[in-house]
Amino acid sequence: MSQTAVKVKEGGSLRSYTTGFIISIGLTLIAYLLVTEHIFGGWGLVYAIVGLAVIQLFVQLLFFLHLGRGPNRRWNIVTLILMLIIVFIVVAGSLWIMHNLNYHMSPQQMNQYMRQQDGGI
Amino acid sequence: MEESAAVRPTSLKEERQEADSKTIFGFWVYIMTDCVLFASLFATYAVLRNNTVGGPGGRELFSLHYALAETLLLLSSSFTCGLAILAARARDKDKVLLWLGVTFLMGFGFLGLELHEFHSLAVSGNSWRRSGFLSAFFTLVGTHGLHITCGLIWMGTMMIRVAGSGLGRINVRRLTLLSLFWHFLDIVWIFIFTIVYLMGGAGV
Repeated sequence: MSQTAVKVKEGGSLRSYTTGFIISIGLTLIAYLLVTEHIFGGWGLVYAIVGLAVIQLFVQLLFFLHLGRGPNRRWNIVTLILMLIIVFIVVAGSLWIMHNLNYHMSPQQMNQYMRQQDGGI
Repeated sequence: MEESAAVRPTSLKEERQEADSKTIFGFWVYIMTDCVLFASLFATYAVLRNNTVGGPGGRELFSLHYALAETLLLLSSSFTCGLAILAARARDKDKVLLWLGVTFLMGFGFLGLELHEFHSLAVSGNSWRRSGFLSAFFTLVGTHGLHITCGLIWMGTMMIRVAGSGLGRINVRRLTLLSLFWHFLDIVWIFIFTIVYLMGGAGV
């Protein structure tokens, strides 16, 4: 009886884990080589490696965490989306505000601020 | 006899299944809130990453080879953790202990590499007191390391439990939660590797 009682768990097979593992290794190595081989730089590189990380996030969500399977799939996805919204607001909001503060600070203010900081330490 | 027995165990089974799936969902919600914690630390790091106060930045401090080794080690441990869950579902106790042991060793190796990196940074005068950038770095990577430490302690106690009391329903449920936690830590590390090490090493 206890044999069948635990069939609640989300799916997952050797094949799904192996697929996820191989794709993840591939994505990691591509991102690593993009940086070490200096193929291109600047914002293009940032977008490329962050994009690869996001792809790997979804690969692992699907193949390791088996999102979208199991008895709670709907609520799992709802909480995941809620989390992603909060994460977006926190990260994008912080970067936006701090970038604006830097942008609107005049060089004079900046120098004064730096001097105060140096004096403080 | 068979007919009357068929009714009760099914409802009991369903009850247990529902309890199990509620526990797993509750743990999933905890993991989602932990993601928010890490997101705020990532935001802090992203804001402070250029505030080096004349000190060294990521380009001078980080070794990409080293970070890649850490990444592959943690990724492999995430994979073997999945193998342990498959073995647990097949009720193969020896295999569960084998794969959990392999996962534990790789996680321990990862933690060792990370602590060695922290140590060599601190010894060379680049501790968290050096600059805003390094404070944010140590907070973000250190929080992840703390989670890994907790995961390793949990994994150690699970190995003792499985060795002692076998693979009952409750132990398999606990193993499922542990594997969710471990996969989650690997996903967080992907972003640490990308945003801290790769972007730091590329100097962008």
